Parts: sequence; C-alpha cells; structure tokens
Amino acid sequence: MTTPMDATMPMVEAHGVHKSYGAVEVLRGVDLTVARGEVTCLIGPSGSGKSTLLRCINHLEKHDAGELRVDGHLVGYEAREGKLYERNDKQICAERSRIGMVFQRFNLFQHLTVLDNVTIGQVKVRGVSNDAAAVRARELLARVGLVDKEKNYPSQLSGGQQQRVAIARALAMEPKLMLFDEPTSALDPELVGEVLDVMKDLAKSGMTMIVVTHEMGFAREVANSLYFLDQGVIEESGNPREVLVNPRSARLQSFLSKVL
Amino acid sequence: MMTNGDDAVEVVPVRHVGRYVAGFVVAVALAMLVHTLFSKVPTGQVSCHATAGARHCHPITNWRFGWNVVFHYFTSREILSGLLVTLELTAIAMAIGISLGLLIAIMRLSHNRLVSATAWVYTWFFRGTPVYVQLLFWFNIAALYQTVTFGLPFLNVTFAHINLVAFFTPFNTAVVGLGLNEAAYMSEIARSGLISVDEGQIEAATSLGMTRSQTLRLVILPQAMRVIIPPTGNEIISMLKTTSLAIAVSLVELLGAATNIYSANYEIMPLLIVASLWYLIVTTVLSTGQFYVERHYAKGALRTPPPTPIQRLRNDVRGIAAKFASGRSTARAS
Repeated sequence: MTTPMDATMPMVEAHGVHKSYGAVEVLRGVDLTVARGEVTCLIGPSGSGKSTLLRCINHLEKHDAGELRVDGHLVGYEAREGKLYERNDKQICAERSRIGMVFQRFNLFQHLTVLDNVTIGQVKVRGVSNDAAAVRARELLARVGLVDKEKNYPSQLSGGQQQRVAIARALAMEPKLMLFDEPTSALDPELVGEVLDVMKDLAKSGMTMIVVTHEMGFAREVANSLYFLDQGVIEESGNPREVLVNPRSARLQSFLSKVL
Repeated sequence: MMTNGDDAVEVVPVRHVGRYVAGFVVAVALAMLVHTLFSKVPTGQVSCHATAGARHCHPITNWRFGWNVVFHYFTSREILSGLLVTLELTAIAMAIGISLGLLIAIMRLSHNRLVSATAWVYTWFFRGTPVYVQLLFWFNIAALYQTVTFGLPFLNVTFAHINLVAFFTPFNTAVVGLGLNEAAYMSEIARSGLISVDEGQIEAATSLGMTRSQTLRLVILPQAMRVIIPPTGNEIISMLKTTSLAIAVSLVELLGAATNIYSANYEIMPLLIVASLWYLIVTTVLSTGQFYVERHYAKGALRTPPPTPIQRLRNDVRGIAAKFASGRSTARAS
C-alpha cells in the first residue's frame, strides 16, 4: 500500500474539498497543501470547519466533493480506468492506522491501563507481538514523560497527562502524519505547557503535523505554515510569523483581535 | 473528637429521641413476628398419661409453620432434583437470552434498515406477549409445524432434520420459551450499555485503524459491561423465579417438586417454605457473584474501587477498635 513516494510530494493535498451535514455546508471548497516534515496550524472561529477538515483527512468523515490526497493516495477512493472506486473497510482501516489523531477530549480507553492504551493498536491493528509492543510503549511513555504511570487508569491522571498518553498512543502506530484536534482546549491553563512541549519535540523530530489550535504562541513559534479557515473556506494562509503579524483580511484581523 | 491545638474539647452529640422510639417499635414488631414463626399450636389431639395415680391430659402441639416437615423435605431427593432442573433451566435459558439478546442489540444498531427493523419487531413481539402464553405456544408448536429442515432452498440440499414433536420435551420447551423471551429483555439491556459508551471512544478506536468489529469487541463491549451487568444480575435472579412457570409445560422443577409432594401429603405451607428457602439461598449466592463481576468491570471507571464486603467488615472492625482505643486514651487523659 505504501509505495516509496517522491520526497517532494506533499503529505496532504486538498483541492476544492466540500462537506455538508444535511443542509449545512461546513466545508465550501478548501485548498490546502502540507509538505512532509512540516507543521501546519489551522486556526479559525468555532464552526469554521477546522475539525471537519481534519476528520476528512483521516476519513472519519467522508468528504462530498473535491480531491483529497494523503501521501499521494486519494482518501477513501482509488482511481482506476477513469473511475473512482470506493475503498473497502479493510483498506480504509489500513490507511487510517498510519495517520495518528489526538482529540480535544483525549478519548483514552477508560477500561485499559496507560500501557494497554499504547499497546492495543500495535497488537490488534499492526500485529506486533505483546512484548515488542510493550517495549515500544515504554519508550514512548518515557518520551512524553510518563514512565511511572503505565499501570494507572486514565481516570487517575490529570488532563495534561492523559493528553500525553493519547499522543504516545497515536505515535505507537508509527504514523506518517499526526492530526491534533484542539489538543489543549480541554486543559487547565497550567497544564497546557506540558502538552505543547511534547508537541514541539515531536515537530523537531521531523513529524508531519496538522494542528487545529487556538494557541497562537505555538503557531508562531513552531508552525511552518498557517491557514485561517472561516465559514468553510481558507480565508488567508502563509508563514505564521507574517500572517499573524500583518493579517490582510478583515476577518482574520477581527478574529485575532478576539483571541490575542 | 474535635480538637483545637492541644486542648481537646468534648463534643456532646445531639440525642435523636425519634430514632430511639422508631427502633423500639420495630424491634417489638420483629420479636412478635419471630415468635409466631416458632410458636406451637394444638393439633386437635390429646395425649394422656398417668403420674402418681392421677391421670394428666394435655393437647399435642406442633410447630405452626411445620418446621419439622420443612427440615424433613429440605434435602429430600425430589426437592433436590427439582432444584437441579431449576438451576439448569436458569443457566441455559439465560445463556440463550444473553447471547441472542446481544446479537439483537447489535442488529438494532445496524446501518441496514431491514436488519434493525427485524430486531425491533423481535423485541416488540416477545415483550408484548406473556411468557406463560409463549411457553404454551412452544409446547403446542407441533400443531403448526411437525418438522423443521435446514438446507439450501430450491436445491434439495439438506443439512439437518428436526422432528418438532420429539424435540419439544417439557425441558426443551421451557428452555426455548424462557430463552427467547429473555433475549428480548436482554437486547434492550445490552443496547442501553452499547449506546452508553462515549462516541469519542469509538472515534479513537477508529482512528487507530480498528475495524468496526474490533472496535465493538475491544473498546465498546468491555465498557458497556459496566452498564449491562447490574440489570443482567437482576434478570438472572428474575429468571430463577420465572422458571417456576415451567409448570405450564408439565416440567417438574423446584416448585413442581414441592407441589407434587404436598398434593400427596397436604403439607402445603411447609413445602412452599422449602421451595422459598431454596430460591432465597440461590438468589443470595447469585447476588454475591454479581458484586464481584461488577467490581471487575468497574476497572478504570472509578479512581478507587469500592471495598469488598470482607474489606468493609475489616475496616469497620478496625474503626471500632480505633474508636475504643482513642476513647480509653481520652478517658485516661481526663
């Protein structure tokens, strides 16, 4: 499935992506390019379609129209002989397993210990042995600074600790792309830093990341590019250090005046 | 004991007069009830004997509740074999009820409309008719279908051939009737458990690349169990007692055995007590089991699991001992 791709080929490419829930059009033709090894931040007011775009990229939601490619492959479809064939569940699951996702509400498996949360995907989806999965899980837990918590259940951890476990769980799948859906929005202010630090380390290690966030400081410091989404379209994009300092559109100016 | 620095201040608790009165009334009523349970009544016969030339006569008395009869029959062969039938019937009917109920609950949540509608109709039908009627229905099903054949339609391929007249023995009828009825109730219990699991759990499993069936087995079901277990325990206990309806299809279970005995010797109340005591014993055992199963599936849901009854008892004893010890030390101090 993963043929070696040209290193210059973008990790994610979206052209005119549309998505509606009933009569509500959430994405109205989104264009976006995410280069390999880069960090892209998506910002915008609530309801602008940021999360929906993220969920379309790993096919948690099906986009209605437009072209969406991850690592050169069409998301959810296969183009053959001038037709688009919908992929079957097994193929979609395989594609998804290489895209890590971190949620606003952590969504750790409540009935499993921290260690089991990080091993279950490796064992059940990737077919790694229990022992090898545990070794990798311990490495990752050490990386996110939770080496002593492996026997705890998620309900026994703070929000920041849970989110770091969630990041370790996603990394355990050896993803080629990581999606973060407002990873710090549900955290107490003093816990935001520990999660952002883990994400900064990850960015330095060369992981391709798309981050939906309200943390403008993180965007300015870490992101290679920034997209401002408003009412289902990309209103403005570019280098975060330029876009955040000199916003051109009136909408971004008014948005930034509210969040900064 | 409230303390303010080193000076211990004595705290005088409020006296709850109402509680003492209520306690006294209840204690007297309970004593009277227990007394009647073990009182003796004249049997109508008189026994006479002579002592020192004088003739003394007094009425023969007997336990009002016939405890000697209860004791005699409590472990009799008929009662024990009836109890065995009751236990077997409960176990098999519940096994059918739980597995079929889970299947129907999953069917209810299917994306295919026909599949989910079929599950809905099943529940509607089996919950909407009395289980007693259903038992009689299965007992007489041979009037409608004499045989059932499993095979491929239109191809003359046959895998199995069941003679319904022979199949629907009293025991099998009771198993089928109670099991299918139970599945309708269990499906609603299982469904409530499945939909109680947060959607975020499903999204997280999906984003790891799990298939729908892996998500169901590894993530949803284990967490749904916490919601499913308590009402299922209820259902098992309820099933234990509902098996007594199997008398409708002339199956001799626990109550049937008691009935058979008292129809011969007219000791109705003692034999009903025998049956009731056995139902109570089994229910107690089941409730204890339920506690531990619940505790197992509560893992991760609570920061600290509730103590087991034994742990609680130990804590209570320790608490009382500590209280006693501190009471003595303050007494010594003052």
